[in-house]
Amino acid sequence: MKRSGLKAFLYLLPALIFLAVFLVYPLIDVLIYSFEEGYSSAAQSFSGIGWYNFDYVLHDPYFTQALINTFILVLITVPVSTGFALLIAFALTRITKLRSLFETVFFLPYVTNTLAVGMVFMVLFKTTPYSEGFVNMLMGMVGLGPVDFIEGPYWAKMFVLCFYTIWIVLPFKILILTSALASVNPQYAQAARIDGASSWRIFTKITLPLISPSVFYLIITGFIGAFKAYSDAVALFGTSLNSAGMNTLVGYVFDMLYREGGGYPSYASAAAILLFLIILTITVINLLYSRKHVHYS
Amino acid sequence: MKKHRPFTWLLLIVWALAVLFPFYWMLLTSIKGYAAYNAEYTPQLWTLHPTLENYVLAFTEVDLARYLLNTLFFTVVTTGLMVFVSILAAFAFARLEFKGKNILFTLFLALMMIPNELVIITNFQTITEWNMRNTMIGLILPSVTSIFYIYLLRESFAQVPDSLYYAAKIDGTSDWRFLWKIMVPICRPTVVTVTILKVIECWNLYIWPSLITDDPKYFLVSNGIQQIRESGFGRANIPAMMAAVVVISIPLIVLFLVYRKQIMSGVARGGTKG
Repeated sequence: MKRSGLKAFLYLLPALIFLAVFLVYPLIDVLIYSFEEGYSSAAQSFSGIGWYNFDYVLHDPYFTQALINTFILVLITVPVSTGFALLIAFALTRITKLRSLFETVFFLPYVTNTLAVGMVFMVLFKTTPYSEGFVNMLMGMVGLGPVDFIEGPYWAKMFVLCFYTIWIVLPFKILILTSALASVNPQYAQAARIDGASSWRIFTKITLPLISPSVFYLIITGFIGAFKAYSDAVALFGTSLNSAGMNTLVGYVFDMLYREGGGYPSYASAAAILLFLIILTITVINLLYSRKHVHYS
Repeated sequence: MKKHRPFTWLLLIVWALAVLFPFYWMLLTSIKGYAAYNAEYTPQLWTLHPTLENYVLAFTEVDLARYLLNTLFFTVVTTGLMVFVSILAAFAFARLEFKGKNILFTLFLALMMIPNELVIITNFQTITEWNMRNTMIGLILPSVTSIFYIYLLRESFAQVPDSLYYAAKIDGTSDWRFLWKIMVPICRPTVVTVTILKVIECWNLYIWPSLITDDPKYFLVSNGIQQIRESGFGRANIPAMMAAVVVISIPLIVLFLVYRKQIMSGVARGGTKG
């Protein structure tokens, strides 16, 4: 028995080392950092223990801006992308011809590099005195614009960010919902149809409750993912997100840590912990809500 | 039952176009000449004078080949290490008996919920203290751990019947041999899935490399493309930029088209991007 314990330990050892150094220790350390006041990277010393870092972050206008941006992004992209994915997944179940072609096409954004394709979106949405840009050309045809979506007004920049985020997250949601819909037994719908129920009624009263665990899973992961948005914003607006007024919470953390104005691991840690607390709260609310509305068979 | 469904088709076709259009646009722009592109105020949806000069520029003006090689090396080593370490741990959890196994496994699952953003701050400090900034090893080490993949592999390993294990034991097969000669081949679909998911993750990694490298010699493609956007090609040479974007996007799209079934079923089981 003792030998087998040693053997198991040896099998686990590599994973344990990696986890201890790069996950468990950092987790403890980030808490410590966040309470060390006046920490200096160069001297590796600090002047006191307390709430100052949190206080500083919460009163930093850049943090407030990042908080507002992130909340707007979350509140728009999560419902829109989940609803739209549901619509598309449902449409996919109604066709047989070309279905796998559509599924393949819809999945493409999942395997693309966020930074690289974001640059294409930037080109499409940008307008300059020399070049109108594709989206502005379309808008011109119906008499709108011109609007510079990349360096123009706030709502325009927020629109592109939301649009690109939705474009990026849809493949995952469509895939999950398509496989959920495929596992619904068609006999329920057939029985309801014989009883004279309308398609809409069948969808809301039978199909949707049956796939509600998947929808709920997507809402939870969607919230978490959207709160951690960052790369898409960099792809569209560049790395100076603070000056573009388009920073996100995760972006704020990394700017504090490293980029212009960086070198403040304590502020970064405090901001990261605040972000974690926000995500935790939202997830707990989601879980409590799901108890009432999700039907697990 | 046989009805035409115009709205369904319209919806599917419109979104398919919205997905494909950016890919079309990057290809189209990448074969437009610099002068021709800048001369058009209203974007042209077609070009009569395709050129490959942008692709030449992408490999000569900026170090695109190096970014690609770096990313390839990073992806292969990180994925290889991750798969090896995870298989060992998953085997211990699925097959071996030891004290505190359940507690340890629960602890692993709890750690799965820790967002990467929280630990990256200290990892940045650690790697900086170890003088591993701008090194491949500094890029690779913190990217290896993935508890979720250990969990997926364990679930798969646990389904291999006990009788196989005892039969192998009676034949005098060691645990090590059993793991690599019997267990891994039986669970090949899961191992392939985990590998592919990690490859996609590595190829598109941006945040960690952007923190840990500022020397273009060690850039991965994501940082390379960001660098190109901010200072490459002199005056905003959009066609050359798009050529670089095409080159960077192709490997994963090819991988996807080849392993379409595995990737989609793998993501349905274990993907988390969203």
